[in-house]
Amino acid sequence: MRRVAVTGLGAVSALGIGIAPFWERVSTGVSGVRRIANFDATGFVAQVAAEVPGYDPAQHFTDAEQSLLDRFAQFALIAAGEACAQAGLTLTEAERDRAGVTIGSAMGGSVTQDQGYKRIYADGAVRLHPFTIPRIMNNAATSHVSMRHGLRGPALSIGTACAASAHAIGEAAEMIRAGRADVMIAGGADAPIAPGVVRCWEAMRVLAPAPAGDPSRACRPFSRDRLGLVLGEGAGILVLESWERATARGAAILAEIAGYAATADAAHITQPGVHAPVAAIARALAQAGLTPADIDYVSAHGTGTRLNDGTETTVIKQAFGAEARRLAISATKAVHGHAMGASAALECIATILAMRHGVAPPTANYTEPDPECDLDYVPNTARPMSIRAAISNSFAFGGLNAVLALKKV
Amino acid sequence: MAQDVEQQVIDLIARKKKLDPARISPASTFEELGLDSLDAADLIFTIEDTFKIVVPDETAQTMKSVGQVAAAIRTLMAASPGAA
Repeated sequence: MRRVAVTGLGAVSALGIGIAPFWERVSTGVSGVRRIANFDATGFVAQVAAEVPGYDPAQHFTDAEQSLLDRFAQFALIAAGEACAQAGLTLTEAERDRAGVTIGSAMGGSVTQDQGYKRIYADGAVRLHPFTIPRIMNNAATSHVSMRHGLRGPALSIGTACAASAHAIGEAAEMIRAGRADVMIAGGADAPIAPGVVRCWEAMRVLAPAPAGDPSRACRPFSRDRLGLVLGEGAGILVLESWERATARGAAILAEIAGYAATADAAHITQPGVHAPVAAIARALAQAGLTPADIDYVSAHGTGTRLNDGTETTVIKQAFGAEARRLAISATKAVHGHAMGASAALECIATILAMRHGVAPPTANYTEPDPECDLDYVPNTARPMSIRAAISNSFAFGGLNAVLALKKV
Repeated sequence: MAQDVEQQVIDLIARKKKLDPARISPASTFEELGLDSLDAADLIFTIEDTFKIVVPDETAQTMKSVGQVAAAIRTLMAASPGAA
């Protein structure tokens, strides 16, 4: 089997546009959660979200491009542009046939969909803009990245909710391993901060209300006083290449995607399980040729809901046994929110940067130990440490789990 | 209003496709102007909004030139008392 190198990273998140502000704030635990600015959230339970601050599409796209691109696809294109630039990716015509795209999105063009429904149901319109479908469709981000970069190999959009971009990165790595592609642009994008979507999430009673005082402290993974998840938006994109291609062209290799596993709980549509996530961790480690003793850092799914964080703690204990208490574990959703289909890619990027910088990012907003969550979550303060290898957990609604195993280069 | 329908259609197309309106005539076809199927759908959407008419699909399919668009707009406006 061929090895998979990461040669480029790109991010759009509540921490800003680009990898630099993302890592600066992830590594120092500075939260991008604020009062919702995309719409007037007066009267909403969740009045906070992790929105991309000060985002102006006109700085990135022409009017004609904007008319075809929902916010989620815009984020994907910006992040893919950054990742490809870092990778220094230049492809011959023949190589374009073996270069592909996998982008995960939970919701697709949800802002466009929300505005369209408002036009029909509230404003009484009978006609929507003809670009509505091309903007909404879940594969729009994949298609636009493929078109922009001229990639004619396998191109898929992956819709596995909160784990979508972990599956996208993992499946892209599998394509390279299997020799079906040599280069893959992989990651995720979502932009779900629209009134209708936020109301849907409110109905599930899993959103954190705005805390009194400082709204940036709404998401508190693994802390006893955690109140729920905070919706976010953005995109995380990686350039993956076969190891031989990356080394032959002298590319700087940022990390190795050494293992990946996907499993399903096959049990409950929202309640997380234990057995299948444990199996996913074990299989990802096995594919990477790693044992629990080789892992130094875990990027947790860590949503900040009561159920996830307790269950994930049990999962990590079962998967790592006696090694669990040695692990540095952090949940960066505290600062970039739950960016849905973009979350896992942003967390994978954070894990790669953590290995490269020798710093475990903190779990921000941690105030109080919870007896149910009794591992080392690197509370509030970053920890300088050597990270030889790490895993990144993603556990989606619907019981669909994905775990990536990463090795330092 | 009805007299300058052609000119309004020409101006809309010129703006959307960044063309010189002087180079567009009622005889210009979508193909000559570089309007693909998605551009045509976008143009007809704007026309519905501008002239406050509803263009049925079968009429939309007959719109392949500036003159055809203007003629269809006039017919639909005459049949629709609320039109602009």
